[in-house]
Amino acid sequence: MLWEVEILPIGSEKDYEGQRVLASAKSQGITGLKSVISARTFLIQGELTPEDINRAADQMLVDSVTEQFHVRQLPASSADVASSQAQILLNVLLHPGVTDSVAENAVKALTRLNLSVTNVATCRRYWITGDLAAARLTQLTKKVLSNDAIEYVVKGPLQIKDLSLGSEYKLKLTTVPIRDMNDDELMVLSKKGQLYLSIAEMKTVQDYFRSLQRDPTDIELETVAQTWSEHCSHKTLGGRIHYVETSAGKVVRDVHFNSMLKETIFAATVQIRESLGKDDWCVSVFKDNAGIVKFDDRQNVCIKVETHNHPSAIEPYGGANTGLGGVIRDPLGTGLGARPVCSTDVFCFARPDYPADQLPPGVLHPQAVMQGVVSGVRDYGNRMGIPTVNGAVCFDDRYLGNPLVYCGNVAMIPVDKCDKKVSPGDLIVSVGGRTGRDGIHGATFSSVELTEESEHISGGAVQIGNPVTEKMVADVILAARDLNLYSAITDCGAGGFSSAVGEMGEDTGAEVWLDKAPLKYSGLSYTEIWISEAQERMVLSVPPANWEQFRDLCASEGVEATAIGQFTDTRQLVLKYGETKVGEVSMHFLHDGRPPVIREAVYDIKENYLASGAESDKADFTDDLQKILGSLNVASKEWIIRQYDHEVQAGSVIKPLVGIHNDGPSDAAVVRPDLNSSRGLVVSCGINPHFGDQDPYWMAASAIDEAVRNCVAVGADPSRIAILDNFCWGNTERPETLGTLVRAAVGCQDMAVAYGTPFVSGKDSLNNEFSYEDGSGTRRTVAIPSTLLITALGQVDDVETCVTMDLKGPGNLLYLIGETKDEMGGSHYNLVNGISGGKVPTVNKEGAPKTFRALHQAIKQGLVLSCHDLSEGGLAVAAAEMAFAGGVGIKIDLKAGSVVQLFSESNTRFLVEVAVSSEGAFSELLAGVTLEKLGMTSTGEELVITSSGRQLVRASLKDLKACWQKPLA
Amino acid sequence: MAVPRVCVLRAPGTNCDVETAHAFELAGASAERIHLFRLLEDPSRLNEFQILCVPGGFSYGDDLGAGVIFSRQLRGQLNEAMREFLQSDKLVLGICNGFQTILKAGLLMRRGIENSAEKPLEDQVTLTWNANGRYTDRWVRLKVTSCNSVFLKGIDEFDVPMAHAEGRIALKHPELLDQLRENSQIAACYWSPAAVEMAKASGDPTRIALLPEPENPNGSLANIAGLCDTTGRVLGLMPHPERFLFATQHPQWTRRGLRGEGDGIRIFRNAVTYFG
Repeated sequence: MLWEVEILPIGSEKDYEGQRVLASAKSQGITGLKSVISARTFLIQGELTPEDINRAADQMLVDSVTEQFHVRQLPASSADVASSQAQILLNVLLHPGVTDSVAENAVKALTRLNLSVTNVATCRRYWITGDLAAARLTQLTKKVLSNDAIEYVVKGPLQIKDLSLGSEYKLKLTTVPIRDMNDDELMVLSKKGQLYLSIAEMKTVQDYFRSLQRDPTDIELETVAQTWSEHCSHKTLGGRIHYVETSAGKVVRDVHFNSMLKETIFAATVQIRESLGKDDWCVSVFKDNAGIVKFDDRQNVCIKVETHNHPSAIEPYGGANTGLGGVIRDPLGTGLGARPVCSTDVFCFARPDYPADQLPPGVLHPQAVMQGVVSGVRDYGNRMGIPTVNGAVCFDDRYLGNPLVYCGNVAMIPVDKCDKKVSPGDLIVSVGGRTGRDGIHGATFSSVELTEESEHISGGAVQIGNPVTEKMVADVILAARDLNLYSAITDCGAGGFSSAVGEMGEDTGAEVWLDKAPLKYSGLSYTEIWISEAQERMVLSVPPANWEQFRDLCASEGVEATAIGQFTDTRQLVLKYGETKVGEVSMHFLHDGRPPVIREAVYDIKENYLASGAESDKADFTDDLQKILGSLNVASKEWIIRQYDHEVQAGSVIKPLVGIHNDGPSDAAVVRPDLNSSRGLVVSCGINPHFGDQDPYWMAASAIDEAVRNCVAVGADPSRIAILDNFCWGNTERPETLGTLVRAAVGCQDMAVAYGTPFVSGKDSLNNEFSYEDGSGTRRTVAIPSTLLITALGQVDDVETCVTMDLKGPGNLLYLIGETKDEMGGSHYNLVNGISGGKVPTVNKEGAPKTFRALHQAIKQGLVLSCHDLSEGGLAVAAAEMAFAGGVGIKIDLKAGSVVQLFSESNTRFLVEVAVSSEGAFSELLAGVTLEKLGMTSTGEELVITSSGRQLVRASLKDLKACWQKPLA
Repeated sequence: MAVPRVCVLRAPGTNCDVETAHAFELAGASAERIHLFRLLEDPSRLNEFQILCVPGGFSYGDDLGAGVIFSRQLRGQLNEAMREFLQSDKLVLGICNGFQTILKAGLLMRRGIENSAEKPLEDQVTLTWNANGRYTDRWVRLKVTSCNSVFLKGIDEFDVPMAHAEGRIALKHPELLDQLRENSQIAACYWSPAAVEMAKASGDPTRIALLPEPENPNGSLANIAGLCDTTGRVLGLMPHPERFLFATQHPQWTRRGLRGEGDGIRIFRNAVTYFG
């Protein structure tokens, strides 16, 4: 018997979902919609009487204070459902198999009421009125009410009879006759089978099976494809690259990299560690799921930042949700498991007011993408109880079809739990979520370009997370870790069991019993079980002697643990389903058999910079300042930040929003990971894709400088800052695109060495392009701007020495630290005024570290009242932000009253507030650093910038703040 | 002074248990984080404790409404244990999701502990969606409005962070508000300088106009941020006092030169002192 419980807000309560739909439809240009009424509906199957179902509603599902409900038996007749002629009734249901924790919890909760419930599904219901053309209604249905990557829509009363899912599965071994295929056939197989391997790779696979004198099974091909995917093996950047750099027609650099990342970014870390000698504070870098550095005598700290771009393009909520969920599993799967303490999230979108009628086919509106991504991160982080403390959002229309979603996590690990070792005989244990058809082919999908078809063919690669499951897994795993119950752990990410077991057993060998894996529903084939990327799973190696204790501990907190195989000493990967061997590949072939990827990379240095726009004859720049403050990149992100719990775990020291009204933009977050210690972690980031358009080398340098100076600005010790790289690039099969990446990597290397900031982890995401057919039938491809995110993890000895960026009071001195140069290229002044050209900011490799050290001493000694780094919008924006954050006026006079002085984005600069009484001590500490006393803080509630008496900027703090808060309010 | 034992009760999805236990420890109690499943196996374990605290988080993902599933277990399988606990001279504190849980479990709305089977207001008062429709994290100022609550003794106003999506008090019938006032059950209200003036005029801080966002961050009825039971031994609070144990947790500690302890610790210390 199938029932539905339809729940609506009572008359005095707002219909939040209905309002969301109306607002979202409006922002996407869907006109004619008059009203929307929404209901949440449970579909409940079981041997239930009408009294039973009423009891279920009354005692469990409905809040009788704010809601009303209707119960009816399905299939419903149209007479049952209250809907007038004018209304269109639409039901939105999840595709079978998509994670629905509400339904799962409802089954359990109703069962505890002694109701015989077998299945529950949830459904959102809408009654729409308005004057909507068919096309508009379709748009509303597909883009606002539902997302067809995970949901489907049923018009009219529900006619469903049964919710049962799954089917019987009978083992049917599939062999692929690869040995006799020609090149064309191999490539058809690669593409159609979503293996996405190159011809050289397909031929290597063919040769391997020819040498074994048999054809592979499907699961063997899939295993190879997952392991060799760009996502899992980073074959391009870790591969051979021939890089040629030219300038004015001459070759200035010609390098053959055997492994580009190793010889640039990783090499910088090696060099830094060597120079530190016994003071080396790196613990484990570029080898585990996250980088580990020292924190104090008892604990080390891990950090990892990942991207989840392609899933977020197709299903923003689920993509971002599982992006954060995934990166939290990285530290959890590092060493023997680390305890997550905070997260950082950086997004790149097209502008949210992008004209809806100009969207290419298959692209979600950026407003919807942004809403979905923010909600996805919010719901995962908040539910897991991990504060999201840092982030940034960049806007550029080239992110339209391919938004970027970076998610990072920081976690603490005891010093004696940083290593893992699998031993033959250990059981392979899957812990956490069950395996379903979700996320099949995620690893290979993320490694190819998106097209308008992606939302259809790759829907299976998109998932919804269940953060509470992951929280339960994390809690129980950390308890088991402290009891020394397991010997190794890794996360189940892209590639599912295939990647996790393949990696863990690389040096030993493994035998996997696929039929033992607990499934969400029956009917999965052995291959689906093996490559499913169902969320919230960890794989552990558990010595048989500890197995029962481990399993019981998990069960005691409601977490499922299942032995799905055993590590061996054969160096073979053996896959079994019941008694049948369905696959066997040697670990050597899997991990070392891939033919090297060899790529060409070229970069041409352009020295012919255009004039910078510095020759402006304007007298007053107040307008420009307000335009920059109101530009999307600079504008307040409070709307996003307030939706994140940034204080759970009680470690918060410097929050993302600071100042007299708690709304000024902090440079970095400071978190105390151990409430018994005064030592703090500092998290910040640097990103500026606009500089990359001009020169990726200096973009990388600027991103590192920005991340480091943000850290230093709040009080971090510059000699203890670890950094991470995340490259998001277009198609690197084009030598020009790969060339920009290599040049950025070289920039990373040079700067890390100069600053003594080791890279401890990193990740790349290539093929961030979107191709579609435009109205005239022409194929168009939009590549994202080359985007490098640098994340910095700093440390501070005593959190009470930290400072914030808001001005503290009138009558204090204002100093500009650092040298301002004519570097207007990629600046926000140019951006808002539509000016191109100009030099991009460079970095003084010798001077910058000295500046950081001197400023740090001043902060540590308590001589700095407030400090803000100069970044987007330069001095004028920094001054405005400090003033309105603190509610304190500014009167400063500049030597040169130029555009450059006001708006240049030169690196390694800070604006600091110093008490008059500290002047002497402060200038002494800063001796040898470019330092300019600009003026004072004032009692007037305005920002006044003059040059030799001539007024350049004058505006009230209220107006400046309003400009800054308006765009994303 | 006797050291009271605190049961910090965590369910699947609870995530503020560690810092809440830390707060009780700092205040001088002995706190233990107990999984709900242990209590379900053996409800008599609750007898070992003098204080029961249901901390914040997303118990069972709040999948059927904030705190709903957890609350059904407290008033279902654990009903007898809860009744015994309330009838002894013991304390119960629910913070955020814990408030949602104990409210929906009926622990705050029993008229007299002597006959705690009588729960006249159970299911008549709820915590529901913030008026802005969103999860919101921000600092608020609270005014203690009941002299009844053991936890809030000697406290007048204090700053504290809130972080929730469903923190708005709503009532089944408007006249219930007067009952809550008469019973001194309105423990704390969102507050602001303007509210001080309004209260001067009305003579009762629980009888002032609805404060706007952000002072009242969720549109809660009568600006209610916390409720206590009629005995004052059970308190539910939407904001998080365990997130203000240290001055450096205050969003303006760098402006105000704050050092040392935060105001939130006083709530936990009051609970410990009760057994002193």
